[in-house]
Amino acid sequence: MATGEKSEGGGLSRRELLRAGTAGAVGLAAAGGSVAMVRPNPADTQDRQIVRGGQEHVHVMGTSGDIDTSLYDPAVHLESFDRGRTSPLPDGRTLREYEITAVDRTIEVAPGVHFDAWTYNGTVPGPTLRCTEGDRLRVNFTNSGSHPHTIHFHGIHAGNMDGVFEVVDPGDTFRYEFDALPAGVQLYHCHAAPLKRHIHKGLYGGFIIDPRDRVLEPARELVMVMNGFDTNYDGENEVYAVNSVAFHFQRHPIQLRVGELVRIYLFNMTEFDLVNSIHVHGTFFKYWRTGTRPDHYDYTDTVLLCQGERGVIEMTFEHPGLFMFHAHQSEFAELGWMGLFEVRGETVG
Amino acid sequence: MFVTFGPVGVFRASFPPIEELTLERVDFPAPGQIRVHLVNGGPEPVTVSQVIVDDAYWSFTMDGNATVERLGSAALDVPYPWVSGEPLQIGLITSTGLTFTREVAVATESPRANSRYLTTFVLLGLYVGVVPVFLGLLWLPFLREIPRHWVDFFLSLTIGLLVFLGVDALAEAVKMSGDVASAFQGIGLVTMGVVGTPLVIQGLSRLRKHGAGTEARRAAVLIALGIGLHNLGEGLAIGSAYAIGEITLGSTLVIGFLLHNTTEGIGIVAPLTREPVRPGTLLTLGALAGLPTIAGALIGGLSYAPIATVLFLSIGAGAVIQVVWVLGRLLSQREGGGLTGPLNAAGLLAGLVLMYTTGLWVAF
Repeated sequence: MATGEKSEGGGLSRRELLRAGTAGAVGLAAAGGSVAMVRPNPADTQDRQIVRGGQEHVHVMGTSGDIDTSLYDPAVHLESFDRGRTSPLPDGRTLREYEITAVDRTIEVAPGVHFDAWTYNGTVPGPTLRCTEGDRLRVNFTNSGSHPHTIHFHGIHAGNMDGVFEVVDPGDTFRYEFDALPAGVQLYHCHAAPLKRHIHKGLYGGFIIDPRDRVLEPARELVMVMNGFDTNYDGENEVYAVNSVAFHFQRHPIQLRVGELVRIYLFNMTEFDLVNSIHVHGTFFKYWRTGTRPDHYDYTDTVLLCQGERGVIEMTFEHPGLFMFHAHQSEFAELGWMGLFEVRGETVG
Repeated sequence: MFVTFGPVGVFRASFPPIEELTLERVDFPAPGQIRVHLVNGGPEPVTVSQVIVDDAYWSFTMDGNATVERLGSAALDVPYPWVSGEPLQIGLITSTGLTFTREVAVATESPRANSRYLTTFVLLGLYVGVVPVFLGLLWLPFLREIPRHWVDFFLSLTIGLLVFLGVDALAEAVKMSGDVASAFQGIGLVTMGVVGTPLVIQGLSRLRKHGAGTEARRAAVLIALGIGLHNLGEGLAIGSAYAIGEITLGSTLVIGFLLHNTTEGIGIVAPLTREPVRPGTLLTLGALAGLPTIAGALIGGLSYAPIATVLFLSIGAGAVIQVVWVLGRLLSQREGGGLTGPLNAAGLLAGLVLMYTTGLWVAF
C-alpha cells in the first residue's frame, strides 16, 4: 500500500478519507449513542493488512480517538519557548524574569485517559524556558499545589539556588536567581522527596541556554520531551510519549518541508525506565550531547538517553513522504512514543 | 450537613473512585479479530478509554457506549493479528488510568455454534458423561446377586463417591468464584447453591411422596439428579477448557472419565438391588445423570461465563449433600450399623479412594 503519498495532488488522500470517515463515525456516536469509539487511526503507515481466505482485515495499531487540546496541545508545546520578561541590567547584561506556579491538574495523557498530575504552570512538561548564556535569571516560584515542591535547575549556580534544600511549602513562594550557565540544553525539575514521585507526576521542563558567542543557523526548532505516565501507579508506565500525549504526532503529523533545517531540543524525563531513545526514519541527523560542545557531534539516526539526559538534533529531509520517529524500544513505541513527520516538497537533486 | 456527613456524603469521599472491570471472556471469532466480554462489578460506572494488547495500544470498537454502568456488561472488538497457539495479554485502560487485564493462555479460534462444534461438544458430553453412567448402570444384575450386607457396602461406597464429588464441586466453585465480578458475590452464589439446592430438592421430593415409588426408588432418582447436576458443572468445565484450547481430549482423558463416571452409574443403581426395575426406568435415570454433561459442555464451550459456572457447580455440590443425607438415612434404617458399621465404613473409604484413583487420569 502507498505510504507517504501527498495530499496536495488534488482530491482527498487516503489519510484524509480516513479522517472524514472518522468524523462521520464520531458524529453517529453522538447522534445515536449506538456506536462508540469507531475511530481509525489516520496514519497510513500503521494500517496493516492480513489477507486470509479472501477476507481482508485492517489492523490499526495505536490509540482510539483524540484528546481535548483546548487545555494543552502537544503540538503547541512543540514550538513554544518562554523567553521571560527582559530588562537591561546596569552592567549591560540582560535580566530575565520568569513566573512559575506549581499547580495540581488532571491532564489527558492518551485519548480519554486522565492522570492526576503536578504541573509547572498547568502543563506537563512545564514551559520551555529559553535564555542566552550569561543572562541574569530571576524565577519567581509560587507553590499553589498540595505538596511541598522546589525547582532544581541544571546549571552552574550557588548552593542555595539549587532548589533542593529550600523546600517551598504549599502557599509559599521562592525566588531563584542565578546566571544562565553553561550554554546548552538544560533541564529543570522538582527535587522534593520522594523524587521519583515528584518528577513522574509532571514537575519538569526544558531549559535552553543559547550560546552568546555563536549564532545558530536559522531552523525549524522543536521541543521534544520524552516522558511516560504510570496511570495505575504500579511502578511501570502505561503511556509513553513526547510532550505527554500517546501517539499525538501520529494522529497529527509534524509538517515539514524538504530541505528545511530542523533542530530538535531533546529531553528524556521518563521515570521507571532507565533509558529512552529516539530513532528518525528516512534521514540521518547530527546529535550534540547536552548541546554544550559545537565541535563534538555524532552522525546517526538513533540515540539513547539516560533519565535526565538531553541533547540537540539537527537534520533535513531530502525526500518527501511520511516518516516515523519513535523510541527504538518497541514497547515504548507501541505504548505511545511514536510520531510522524509529514515532509512535503520535491526530492532534492 | 446531611450532604456532607450523611451516608451518601461520608462514602463519597475525596479519594479516587474504585473502579472494577472484569474481563469475563476473550473470544477469537476469526483470524485478526478479538472480542472481549467485560462486566462492571464496581461501585461506579467505568469508561473504557483504550485497549492494550501485549503492551501495545490498539484501536477498538465497542458495542453501545464506552461507559459501562454498574453491574452492566459490554463487549468490544479489537482488530489484532493474533498468533494461533501463542499466549496473549489484553488490557483495558479506563478514563482514570486504571488498567484491567486478562491473560489468554493460548489464543485459538473460538468455537461457533455450527454443526462441527455442536457435534464435537455433544460427543464430548456423550463420552465423558452419558456412556460411563450407562456402563455403571449395567452393574445392576451383579448387584442383585450379592448378599444384603454387600449391597450396603456398595451403598456406602456410593456415599464415598458422592462426598468426593461434592467436595470437588464445592472447591471448584469456591476457586471459580474469584473470577466472578465482585458485585456478583461469588461466595454468596456458592452459599445459595449449596444451601438452597438440598432444601428445594427436599421440598420437591415431599410433593412426590404421595405418588408411587418406594424410598429406595426416590433415593435412586435423587442420586441421579444430584450426579446430573454435578455432571452439568463438569461439562461446563470441560467445554470451556476445550474452547480456550486448554485441553485436548486425548485417549487417556477419555478412558479416565469412563472409569471415573462409571462409578457414578453404580451409585445410582445401588439402592435398587431389591426393587423390580423396568429398562425404561434405568434409561431415565441414566439420562438424568448423564445428559446434563452434554448441556454443560455446550454451554461451557460456546458461552462460558464464570457466574453461571459457579452457580451450576454450587447447585451440584448442594444436590450431592442432599443425596448423601438421603442415603445415610436409608443405611441407618437397615441392619449393619449405618455408616459407622465396619463394612459400610470400609465401603465409604473405598468410594473415596476409588474416586481419587480414577481421578488421577482426569486431572487437567
